[in-house]
Amino acid sequence: MRLPRESTAFFLFVALCLGALLLLFAHASWRERGDRNSYAEKREIVKVLGLADLCLFTEARYTRHPAVADRFTPFQDHPLSLEHFPSASILLPPPHLSAP
Amino acid sequence: MSWTGKQRNILDYTLSSLMRRKGRNAALVIAYTFVVFLLASVVFLAQSIKEEAKEVLREAPEIVVQRLMAGRHDMIPETYIGKIRGIPGVQSVKARLWGYYYEPLNGANYTVIADENYPYEKGTVVIGNGVARHMPPLVGKTMPMRTYGGTYLFMRIQETLSSESELVSSDLILMSVDDFRQLFRVPEGVGTDLVLSVRNPREVATVAGKIVEILPDTRPITRSEVLRTYDAVFDWRGGLIIANLIGALLAFVLFAWDKATGLSAEERREIGVLKGLGWETSDVILMKFWEGVVVSLSSFFLGVILAYGHVFFASATLFESALKGWSVLYPAFRLKPVITPYLVSVLFFLTVVPYTFATIVPSWRAATTDPDAVMRA
Repeated sequence: MRLPRESTAFFLFVALCLGALLLLFAHASWRERGDRNSYAEKREIVKVLGLADLCLFTEARYTRHPAVADRFTPFQDHPLSLEHFPSASILLPPPHLSAP
Repeated sequence: MSWTGKQRNILDYTLSSLMRRKGRNAALVIAYTFVVFLLASVVFLAQSIKEEAKEVLREAPEIVVQRLMAGRHDMIPETYIGKIRGIPGVQSVKARLWGYYYEPLNGANYTVIADENYPYEKGTVVIGNGVARHMPPLVGKTMPMRTYGGTYLFMRIQETLSSESELVSSDLILMSVDDFRQLFRVPEGVGTDLVLSVRNPREVATVAGKIVEILPDTRPITRSEVLRTYDAVFDWRGGLIIANLIGALLAFVLFAWDKATGLSAEERREIGVLKGLGWETSDVILMKFWEGVVVSLSSFFLGVILAYGHVFFASATLFESALKGWSVLYPAFRLKPVITPYLVSVLFFLTVVPYTFATIVPSWRAATTDPDAVMRA
């Protein structure tokens, strides 16, 4: 019996991975279609309540509502106060606050 | 022999050579896969949040007007509504009432919004799913809320917002305007901020400029600024996440560089033997190229596929403690899966290409020297 070549096994592995990658693309597109109703619901809540931010980090005012935060909010607790909330280290400052 | 036949033969040889050093190469693939996994997870997570924000916040108010007092955000008088309504192009202006409520029982912060069209009676609230999750079982029960006057309001929970909307509503408590004013002792005639709509979207910037001119103590924030905020705030090329990742990436680069530049004695001897057997320099380089391709391509595929599962099936569990920070209330949301050819190619060029080329250079140096000298070294 002839043993399969190593390169055949490698090409098979690459083909399987490419197939899996294509499946991820298909999954993303399938989920997008499936989630359309929930998007409509979220947009409705945003419209009715006039929301300007996503609810991602609830630990501080300026991480809960970064779009409507003040320029210096992170340092407002007392003079020379340094930023101390962990999620604020992940967020970059909004462009309209950092613009000169 | 055909070109493809030669490539397959060299690949066969490369794979069997890699299998001879199983342990070492498996460790390399695991470390490499982990680096790709981390980088891809950050890219997927950041991109997904940006897409969610773009999709959902396009219904955000066209302009939000805040009032500043001594550099801090302050309540805005409703008399400003009339002044703003007089600006040409402004369609509607209304005051919003919202604020934050700290719940001492569980240490969570809630966002309280007074809905002027609140459909239920006074003394009731509608809560977000995150609030409900932290104080079960709630619906039909009462929620004690301490007013700023020191007394308690016992609010009956009327409804819980759906779990699908958690990304915007997780920490919300909706109530009537009267209850809001009673809870926070907000006097009549003031609001938290103003929201307005503009007839022609192209006039938004002009209207915002006029508001500051007429009311210099205010700060307008336009919808495009809100949308740009999420575009910039979750730029995966910045922030602490990438700062942390740089450490892992540099460690990996060092590891790969060390492996690639310092060929082991065994590998040098192998190159010497191959040259002695009549392999050309180009064949040796080709072998090393295939070695780089096998290691980096396998790690790339595994890393990207695992990262997709981590972010979109397991809700980025590994990043949860970093994302959660000190928040008691953390929304449980399903992120919109985002994978595009652009993202995959960015990850490919960041991870596969540098490694593949890093392996070729030292092999070329070894392959161009005399086989006898290489074997004796």
